[in-house]
Amino acid sequence: MSENFKTSRRGFLRGAAASTALVAGASQADTPDPLITEVQDWASGLGEGVDATPYGLPIEFESDVIRRNVEWLTADTISSINFTPIHALDGTITPQGCAFERHHSGAIELSKQDYRLMINGLVDTPLIFSYADLERFPRENHVYFCECAANTGMEWAGAQLNGAQFTHGMIHNMEYTGVPLRTILEEAGLGAAGDLADKWVYVEGADASSNGRSIPMEKALDDVLVAFKANGEALRKEHGYPVRLVVPGWEGNMWVKWLRRVEVTDGPVESREETSKYTDTLADGTSRKWTWAMDAKSVVTSPSPQAPITHGSGPLVISGLAWSGRGAVTRVDVSKDGGKTWETARLAKPGEKMALTRFYLDTDWNGEEMFLQSRAMDETGYVQPTKAQLREVRGLNSIYHNNCIQTWWVRPDGEAENVEVS
Amino acid sequence: MSKFLKLSGALCLIAAPAFSEGYGLGRAALPEEIAAWDLDVSPDGTGLPPGSGDVLTGEEVFADQCAACHGDFAEGVDNWPKLAGGWDTLADDDPLKTVGSYWPHLSTTWDYVNRSMPFGAAQTLEPDDVYAIVAYILYSNDLVDEDFVLSDENLASFEMPNADGFIVDDRKETEFSQWVGEPCMTDCKDTVEVTMRALVLDVTPQEEGTVTQAVAEPEAAPEEVVEVADLDPALVEQGEKVFRKCKACHQIGEGAKNRTGPILTGIVGSPAGAVEGFRYSKPLMAMADAGLVWDEASLNAFLAKPKTFMKGTKMSFAGLRKEEDLAAIHAYLASFAQ
Repeated sequence: MSENFKTSRRGFLRGAAASTALVAGASQADTPDPLITEVQDWASGLGEGVDATPYGLPIEFESDVIRRNVEWLTADTISSINFTPIHALDGTITPQGCAFERHHSGAIELSKQDYRLMINGLVDTPLIFSYADLERFPRENHVYFCECAANTGMEWAGAQLNGAQFTHGMIHNMEYTGVPLRTILEEAGLGAAGDLADKWVYVEGADASSNGRSIPMEKALDDVLVAFKANGEALRKEHGYPVRLVVPGWEGNMWVKWLRRVEVTDGPVESREETSKYTDTLADGTSRKWTWAMDAKSVVTSPSPQAPITHGSGPLVISGLAWSGRGAVTRVDVSKDGGKTWETARLAKPGEKMALTRFYLDTDWNGEEMFLQSRAMDETGYVQPTKAQLREVRGLNSIYHNNCIQTWWVRPDGEAENVEVS
Repeated sequence: MSKFLKLSGALCLIAAPAFSEGYGLGRAALPEEIAAWDLDVSPDGTGLPPGSGDVLTGEEVFADQCAACHGDFAEGVDNWPKLAGGWDTLADDDPLKTVGSYWPHLSTTWDYVNRSMPFGAAQTLEPDDVYAIVAYILYSNDLVDEDFVLSDENLASFEMPNADGFIVDDRKETEFSQWVGEPCMTDCKDTVEVTMRALVLDVTPQEEGTVTQAVAEPEAAPEEVVEVADLDPALVEQGEKVFRKCKACHQIGEGAKNRTGPILTGIVGSPAGAVEGFRYSKPLMAMADAGLVWDEASLNAFLAKPKTFMKGTKMSFAGLRKEEDLAAIHAYLASFAQ
């Protein structure tokens, strides 16, 4: 027992490399580990004081865990997107500092003092709220994922980007604090709207793109949140500081940042973002509109192309994320052979509605080639489809809402590649 | 309810009786405020201001305001959106979605141009200019003749070619019925073969490349700073940040290429309109012919208010408002000598 604890990580690696056929129990170190036998600087000298870092960033050793963008995707970086490093994160909450960004005219700086929210249209009294006003309404906390409708969109025609960050990183998951949109609409009074069944709200941001979207009143009154905090602190500039809309389970484009206006209307505005974009073209050239909900989806985040297996044979934790815009994830299955056979993974916690669920498959790997896949199911009974199933219905040109099963080809050396399999 | 009424009862009663059910927060919006922000335009024309514009006027305005990114004929420059063409391509392998081939309502084009364009100078166009631009976009799509005039009277009734090309989300009917129930767990297929590989395509950003690039730029700068002796390194660094606003269109330093805007290496002190291979606007060439040199004064004036300094410039940039940004950008540009 005590021998096991003396084995350092480095010693373990050396041992594992020396003997490919690892028997039960830890390997033996050849020589004592100097990290243990020699007194290290950090064990003798002093570290930083409490005044060194009033607001902390991750330690330098984690400097690769950052958002990345794909330059060729867009004409410039101001109207563009970057990707969450999901391959390097664990648990379910996405730190704000590495949560993906999507702007249409850049991330603007809008102070709380300069912030105004207008409620107008078919309401009894059009109102203006300051930021301070919003903090005086009863508020709620909810964890929700926000997924761009174009997440995995580059993969419709074939395996293209080599990394979970790039194929599935247009997603983040945060705990939001905010006021239900219902509360704010009722403050303005919905009597003027008459029958609410066929009414809509049009929501827009304060940035130059305005990025307006129309949302059916039923959803607006259900679970939409006017949020001002994420993961306990103020929203980041890039996520809409000081106030953004949270539209649980629905495509990220509707989560309007720098929210400045909510208008009650008797029909959809048919804005640019809901006609020329965020509509899904089918093989016959017709296009689906109002495809708001994000269907059940999952991906193995490790191992994956950016997170290869570096420890050799033996215990391996296969881990990933699953989510559904239509409710809670109830089950995730993992296949190591490209979908011939499946094992049910362990959920770290029972799935929560419209929030990321972490799954693990604790397994033993002996250096064999794997075609790793994951398949999510949600509380509606929906099963995440294969790419072939999706293509059969939609063709190759939908761009948005690609929730296919992803395959990573893991080689004997532990490296992984994004592939498609028959 | 009663608790909140007590807290802010007075305000409630004055503001509006509708508050009786609420918290009494916020204040009534003034008509001028609603008019300033409630600009969206619906397919039936709701929200359109009075006005009109014709194709020929639109061609001029488009050349000034839009062509830098969208091309003189709305054909798109580089990766910027094409606004014309693409007819009958929606069922092709690579559909070209433009205003003409894809957009179902003309109101959307007017609304978007009015509120969000030009890129970097949104909400600076007059309604008549927007009508003219939209008329020209229709013309560039062969949807109207050159004598066409678009106005608040005829916009809503204009039928777009792809108006009937959309269906409401039918995933519940077409997909959910197939993809439910207990999935296969064993012997689900006989063979598994790789049919496509991402590494063969090789379009994933390379980490090494990214790092080298990020390191290379600051390294290159100090070398050249030596030639221009009195530059403040802190200001240059600050200018590099300001330059992010310019990066969408301009490149600078080693390996820079003309993009939407010309290369800016060595711009400080050089005559205007002198970058080889770049197509300058007529106003810029006129000023260049008159002897314009990009010294600190002229650059500052241009960058503070591009459209005032050079009426008709192709540069669709609103301008730098802060003095410190102007000083910083000048230092940064000056750090890249020819």
